[in-house]
Amino acid sequence: MAVEKLAGIEVPRRGQLIRVLYSEIGRILSHLLNITTQAMDVGALTPPLWGFEEREKLMIFYERVCGARLHAAYFRPGGVHQDLPDGLLDDINDWCDPFLKVVDDIDQLLTDNRIFKQRNVDIGIVSLDDAWAWGFSGVMVRGSGAAWDLRKSQPYECYDEMEFDIPVGKNCDNYDRYLIRMEEMRQSVRIMKQCITKMREPEGQGPISSTDGKVVPPKRDEMKRSMEALIHHFKLYTEGDKVPEGEVYCSVEAPKGEFGVFLVSDGSNKPYRCKLRAPGYAHLQAMDFMCRGHLLADVSAILGSLDIVFGEVDR
Amino acid sequence: MSDAQEQIEVNPLDTLASVISSEASSHINRISNDYGELTLHTTGDDIVALMRFLRDDNRTQFVSFIDVCGVDYPGNEKRFEVVYHLLSPKHNTRVRIKLSTDEGTPIPSITAIYPGADWFEREAYDMYGILFTGHPDLRRILTDYGFDGHPLRKDFPLTGYVEVRYDDEAKRVVYEPVELRQEFRDFDYESPWEGVDYILPGDEKGNV
Repeated sequence: MAVEKLAGIEVPRRGQLIRVLYSEIGRILSHLLNITTQAMDVGALTPPLWGFEEREKLMIFYERVCGARLHAAYFRPGGVHQDLPDGLLDDINDWCDPFLKVVDDIDQLLTDNRIFKQRNVDIGIVSLDDAWAWGFSGVMVRGSGAAWDLRKSQPYECYDEMEFDIPVGKNCDNYDRYLIRMEEMRQSVRIMKQCITKMREPEGQGPISSTDGKVVPPKRDEMKRSMEALIHHFKLYTEGDKVPEGEVYCSVEAPKGEFGVFLVSDGSNKPYRCKLRAPGYAHLQAMDFMCRGHLLADVSAILGSLDIVFGEVDR
Repeated sequence: MSDAQEQIEVNPLDTLASVISSEASSHINRISNDYGELTLHTTGDDIVALMRFLRDDNRTQFVSFIDVCGVDYPGNEKRFEVVYHLLSPKHNTRVRIKLSTDEGTPIPSITAIYPGADWFEREAYDMYGILFTGHPDLRRILTDYGFDGHPLRKDFPLTGYVEVRYDDEAKRVVYEPVELRQEFRDFDYESPWEGVDYILPGDEKGNV
């Protein structure tokens, strides 16, 4: 997105819809991982078993569209890499409703669970002022009572035409953050369904990535036949994209919080400086002050509710 | 959600820029507005006062700390730029603050204003060697124990200086100077054929 902002590329509508669809799948993947392992951190083994079954199905959706299960380089400057294969949209659609049932099951298992509540209610309280000053974002500020979501406040892609609600906590503790994540999964399914409907409409058809040959490499069969396409293909795969000179900061509402990219370009085909601002980095450094006054056993509960994944922390 | 949307009023960047330039002009050298993003250029002496103003003034309210990072321009007299990003959730705006420094000149830490800057300043120190005064605990954060150098400087070799392997005889991980099996090749992708000048055996005859 930072590249697109610098180069002024417009992503076609279908490309945007696919991006939103897959961002929401990614959000559910992340929240499932977090909720279930947080439950495991406080001693429950069943939720991960149930949640990971659904994660597996979602990863298969990722795999079917781009071949990768977790680290998908599927979003490219200008759009996405490939269109969805036939039948995938139906399968995702069929997955949505049974999944809501699974969320309800996990809900029943955890939300009123005595042990889960004992371990999480009133643990890891962060006031809203602290949350902002410590650089928190995403679920961490929503849990502290701010109705702040970049998908609503600074909409990117086509989030502005999606209907969804932002759950907000008021007790600022682990349990509120758990509830928010549960609700966000349901909202994500809602967004996914809207995406699917919109993609089936006539306006949802069309190219999946920018048709500008200077930005997006041509399809293989086109390359075999058209000289122009061959030149574009050759230039893009040897040199890559040349991004105009400038500096931008772009951020999206990742499942864990605000994921930002600060990109400095010197006009060549390599970024001069690319700083990734990972939400987990800001969250992890708050462990110290959040754990003050708690018992040692609460550390794992707090760590779970911060939604830390270490690959993201040290990038 | 509807109240929240009403609460977020869009504050055009120009108004913000004029507020900042009238109120805090002594702390700012220059304001620029590119790609719809506001950038304030300041100096190390003014950064703390400027940050405090931006956070506390009712018209700015940049209460949310986003990022601190360094950028290296070896050609400049002051080679490092320190870039701060702040967010004002109330006014739904972002701002970027930049200042320049060099290896020897420390700049004041902003951890007193934004506690969250702690690890970000440590990262900038680790990656570039930018010094921050008043930081509670300015140690390396991402690199290995005993690491030498600052890896994101432009003059740091891409291969690093040491390599790590498990030594079966010593039964531990050992560090050794990097040994390259072939000469390090720096590909120039600007143009596929006018790239690096490889000297092949026999090329010297061409100059005779």
